[in-house]
Amino acid sequence: MLYKKKLPLLIFLLPGLLLMLIFLYEPFLENIKNSFYDMSSVVKMPGKEWTFIGFDNYKKLFTDPKIRIAILNSLKIMGLAVVFQVGVAFILAVLVSSIKRGQHIFRTVYFFPIVISASAIGLLFKLFYNYNGGMLNQILLALDKKPVNWLAPATAFIMISIPTIWSYVGFYFVILLTGLNAISDELYEAASIDGCTRWKQVFYITIPLIRGVVCTCITLAVTGALKVFDLPWVIVPKGAPQGLTHFLGTYMYEQTFTINNIDYGSTIALVIVIFGVVMSKIVSTIVKPDENL
Amino acid sequence: MAAAKVSKKRFKVSHIFIYLILIFWALTTIFPFVWVINNSFKASRDVINHSFSLPSPFTLDNYKNAFDNLNILIAYKNSFVISGSVTIAVMVLATMMAFAMTRYQFKGKGIINSLIIASLMFPVFSTIIPVFKMMSKMNLINHALSVILPQVAGNLSFAVIVMMGFLRELPLEMEEAAYMEGANVRQVFTRIIVPLSKPSLATVAIFCFLWSYNDLFTQLIMIRRRSMYPVCALLNEISSKYGTDYGLMASSITIIIIPVLIVYIFLQKNIIKGLTAGAIKG
Repeated sequence: MLYKKKLPLLIFLLPGLLLMLIFLYEPFLENIKNSFYDMSSVVKMPGKEWTFIGFDNYKKLFTDPKIRIAILNSLKIMGLAVVFQVGVAFILAVLVSSIKRGQHIFRTVYFFPIVISASAIGLLFKLFYNYNGGMLNQILLALDKKPVNWLAPATAFIMISIPTIWSYVGFYFVILLTGLNAISDELYEAASIDGCTRWKQVFYITIPLIRGVVCTCITLAVTGALKVFDLPWVIVPKGAPQGLTHFLGTYMYEQTFTINNIDYGSTIALVIVIFGVVMSKIVSTIVKPDENL
Repeated sequence: MAAAKVSKKRFKVSHIFIYLILIFWALTTIFPFVWVINNSFKASRDVINHSFSLPSPFTLDNYKNAFDNLNILIAYKNSFVISGSVTIAVMVLATMMAFAMTRYQFKGKGIINSLIIASLMFPVFSTIIPVFKMMSKMNLINHALSVILPQVAGNLSFAVIVMMGFLRELPLEMEEAAYMEGANVRQVFTRIIVPLSKPSLATVAIFCFLWSYNDLFTQLIMIRRRSMYPVCALLNEISSKYGTDYGLMASSITIIIIPVLIVYIFLQKNIIKGLTAGAIKG
């Protein structure tokens, strides 16, 4: 009765929906359209028309060596995120759930880097990696070794990945820990009465029961890896050295806003979306969250 | 936990081992921040040479430098205007939408529901260029609104999903009783729904604020004037311009971290609870 009249419905629903249509859906579609045009500037100038160029931008994707690096780096960080972020988080969560004292403290500490902005963490690691008197080189010096250029072409990618991966472990840790704590104690008790060792308990009870949560984590890690931008941009702007540390996000930004190749930037943005959809589909078919859980 | 109970007698040694591993990881998360705070009280030359020792001589010059030359306070103000507005707008709009979506039956509800969920899949990269164009047409570049509006739209779907999950669990009886007493929809919403959703609203608020505050990408694109820089854009500039002044860098990192740290210590329960609700449902 209360919710029969439809006028309030419009008032409640419309403002938010309009915002989403104007700032998400319309730009999203326009972005697809833009990728088929040669755009001289973001806003159409009188006299300068945008010409339709069809799939030229998409063909360019296959010949541009830098986008290949960016895609490869994004895929690599995805793999690292799944193995190390979710993996380390899983081990930590299993360990923390098996202790009695200090669960709360570990949770608080592990989660902390997530609330710190990636720009601040980037700046912090810049201080670590600096050639002249950075923290790592000070340690080397103290050990009587030669300073290393940590951000040289050979090591730059790994050096960028470390803070990127490290800073988000706590996120998956908390999700997994909540999942673990939801598993009933009786299962473990029954298992150990039947003579099941700790390791077997992990494999036969814990892992099957939190498969759904793990699947969520892997999906989040994979899609999150595509959004990497702040950290690499602060530590090594513009994919330095030689574009080797470009990720899809940073490359899209560079093409659009510093090189002014706007339509190509739109194309890369679309590539990011496609990768996101495809990768999360792949994850859900491989890990398959159990419907019953 | 049960596992611990059962195996307590047999696995005393392994417990020590477990604590060692856990403490090791805890140190990796604490150490960088302690290191940077410690070094913010040293002159740059000391940071370069003895970054592990305690500050001697102890100096506040880096902080003076940061506040005098870098407009950090203005950047704070800009960030709070932007992220505060985003947070409030998202809280209001998301509660309204979630209320409509959980309480009303109407045609096209399914479509709107999938529109909301699908918009979680749009990374900011895929919408930013047309939004930038829109903003420059409206002459809003360098204006706080140019960051606020896209961020509100971007965070809305997450917030609506969390709020819908919460409101669906609320029993209808109270609203029906209020209706019997003669309350209209607006009163039901403001007097019953909003007060009852406080815990979820807190989660939504914290996350929106953090995401907006930490979003360098949108800030870089929309705000080009230095006096309008929010915190992250300023940090990025410090990184490229003052990259050799280690003391200044350390102090500005500390200045950015401390308020977040204080808020985190007070609100960490809500933050962590909200994360799980949001992530698993979303």
